[in-house]
Amino acid sequence: MARPASSPRRGEGARSPRPVALAAGLTIMGSILAGCGDDSGTPTLTWYINPDAGGQAAVAEKCSTDAYTIETQVLPQDASQQRIQLARRLAAGDDSIDLMSIDPPYTAEFANAGYLAPIPDDLATKLEEQSFQGATTAATWEDELVVAPFWSNTQVLWYRKSFVDKVGIDMNKPVTWDEIIKVASENGGTVGVQANKYEGYVVWINALISGAGGSLIEDAEAGAEATVTVNSPEGAQAAKVIADLAGSAAAPADLSVSNEGTAGTTFGSDEGAFLVNWTYIFHNYDESDPEVAKDIGYTTYPQTVAGKEARPPYGGIGIGVSDNSRYIDESMQAVECLTSAESQGINAELTGNMPASAGGYDYEPLKKLYPPDLLALFQQSVDAAAPRSVTPYWSDISSAIQSTWHSPSSVDESTPEESATFVEDVLAGDTLL
Amino acid sequence: MTTVVATPETKAGKAPKAQASDRAVGENRLGLKLVAPAVVLMLIVTAYPMLQALYLSLFRYRLTTADEREFIGLGNYITALSDSLFWQDLLNTLIIMVVTVAVELVIGFAFAMVMHRIIFARGIMRTSILIPYGIITVVSAFAWQFAFSLNNGFVNGWLPFVADDFNWFGGHWSAMFAIMASEIWKTTPFMSLLLLAGLSQVSEDMLEAAKVDGATWWQRLWKVILPNMRAAIMVAVLFRALDAFRIFDNIFVMTKGAEGTESSSFLTYRQVIEQFQLGMGSALSVLLFLMVLILAFGIVKLFKVDLAQARGEG
Repeated sequence: MARPASSPRRGEGARSPRPVALAAGLTIMGSILAGCGDDSGTPTLTWYINPDAGGQAAVAEKCSTDAYTIETQVLPQDASQQRIQLARRLAAGDDSIDLMSIDPPYTAEFANAGYLAPIPDDLATKLEEQSFQGATTAATWEDELVVAPFWSNTQVLWYRKSFVDKVGIDMNKPVTWDEIIKVASENGGTVGVQANKYEGYVVWINALISGAGGSLIEDAEAGAEATVTVNSPEGAQAAKVIADLAGSAAAPADLSVSNEGTAGTTFGSDEGAFLVNWTYIFHNYDESDPEVAKDIGYTTYPQTVAGKEARPPYGGIGIGVSDNSRYIDESMQAVECLTSAESQGINAELTGNMPASAGGYDYEPLKKLYPPDLLALFQQSVDAAAPRSVTPYWSDISSAIQSTWHSPSSVDESTPEESATFVEDVLAGDTLL
Repeated sequence: MTTVVATPETKAGKAPKAQASDRAVGENRLGLKLVAPAVVLMLIVTAYPMLQALYLSLFRYRLTTADEREFIGLGNYITALSDSLFWQDLLNTLIIMVVTVAVELVIGFAFAMVMHRIIFARGIMRTSILIPYGIITVVSAFAWQFAFSLNNGFVNGWLPFVADDFNWFGGHWSAMFAIMASEIWKTTPFMSLLLLAGLSQVSEDMLEAAKVDGATWWQRLWKVILPNMRAAIMVAVLFRALDAFRIFDNIFVMTKGAEGTESSSFLTYRQVIEQFQLGMGSALSVLLFLMVLILAFGIVKLFKVDLAQARGEG
């Protein structure tokens, strides 16, 4: 059927590819020539970045010198997809990657696999001196600093001032998950969280368990032989918070598919009341909904257990240099500039991703963008934050937790035990994940 | 694909042996010579990765801890086959396959009838029926995900019996429904195209004769049209069933396997690509390959499809 229809046109078809082929040939030749140019002239350092609002591109331009040019390449949106793309390329020995923005939970895996070039001692010392303690911990594997802390993020509890005024809850003292779930469900409000089946859900679970004083695993350095500690009273308390929220009227309708973005949308709607989310959400509504922007209040991350200090999530980016890079020395110089206090400040100003160092917070334009008490809250929260365990097997642990704790409405008192068994089996390689 | 090539050859080889003329033998030889380069090329391109996968499936091998590679024989197969997740995903895959192929067969047949019978605006009608098939699966999956999405979708608003805040991706069956709806929308045109080819093979004379004999429309459909296009229907079912069995894109885009909507191919993808478990992933892909083979063989045998006849050779 298709053949008679297409054959009369074949004559035209045969002519048309020529200009296309010519153009393609020229493009290829062009890029070969450009490649030659690179080798003889200034090297181009390729920096694989996570998508952002232009902060990393800005500092890449700022840090390009006569000796090298830094170019950015954007990775996928999803942190686990970023890991996949980088690891596949690195395992294949791709030498076109020089610098990489790496999410903290995957740092250990990359370092353990030998994908990261060792950071020279003087640079490591400088980075350790300038960075927050939590940022350094997350960037360290086997006692070596393996990536340069670039930005450090944390979550705080955001609330709508109008809602809080209406229901009369005192937000000047720390609140617990129980309190905000109860208040929201009784007054037609929602509590926004991240509970889709993705890394963000494990961020929440980890924060809840840490807030109760527990952890997902212990002896993380033992790799696959780490001790799984999900099945504990702390795990049970975390499960209770999730089950309570999922079963209450305060649960957003899209709870089981909610991420940072959708939770932000719910918070901005009429039923928005509380939200746990990263620092950048503060300026999220400036243009889209100025009324909501004026209505945002903030306080410390909610407590899992009343009276016990909350352990907010820790996020961020460390910059690593690929061991396969042709320009390791230049890349290390670039890292020094990219992670300088000023660069961190510029990035924070543009993206809302907060600096990994106290020096970064001193950047003047940043102080104009955020109220002083909020900047102080961010720094306190980073200090109190509970990083996810530093282990090369984080991705397996995280996926196993996601499998057993999703969806939030299925979480009950048996979940911690089930997930502990499953994580153990996964680490032992006895089960499909 | 191998079965498609193999069936006519064995048929042609067996029957005419007794009275094969020199010419028939010569033609047969020429045919084999003509097909040989393609077969060799296919073997080179497909046999190497398949053997490599078979080899890798015998190891515990993780890309990021390559030094710890360890030979474990059939260990990966035993782990996979004794795991409930494997069977759960296989069940999901089979449900998706059976439901989508059945629905597509009915809708696709209706579309084929329309395309076959329509007199005015024939080109436009045929084109518009075929549009979904021209859309990239990932794009159509995103379109359907947005349609069903709670935040920016319209499905809840359109369906009177569904609450406005119903989360389609928050439950197993509703998520499966969304996935299958997308799959059906996307591939029904393919089904109807194959059926249209079969429909146009049904002789008008027979239909007229049946009409003269007083057969109703329903009788003509069941006694004349369908039996005469059986081969085309079976080819359509075979192709679509194998296609549906390998479903991946829709699940990847819409749920990422959440709510137990994972298919066998998605499980394999996660092992190899997400977890870098090259050994386990290879074992699963070998199992997947065997299942597709069994499925193809089963459908061909069960329905006695003569592929040579379907291609107009018989």
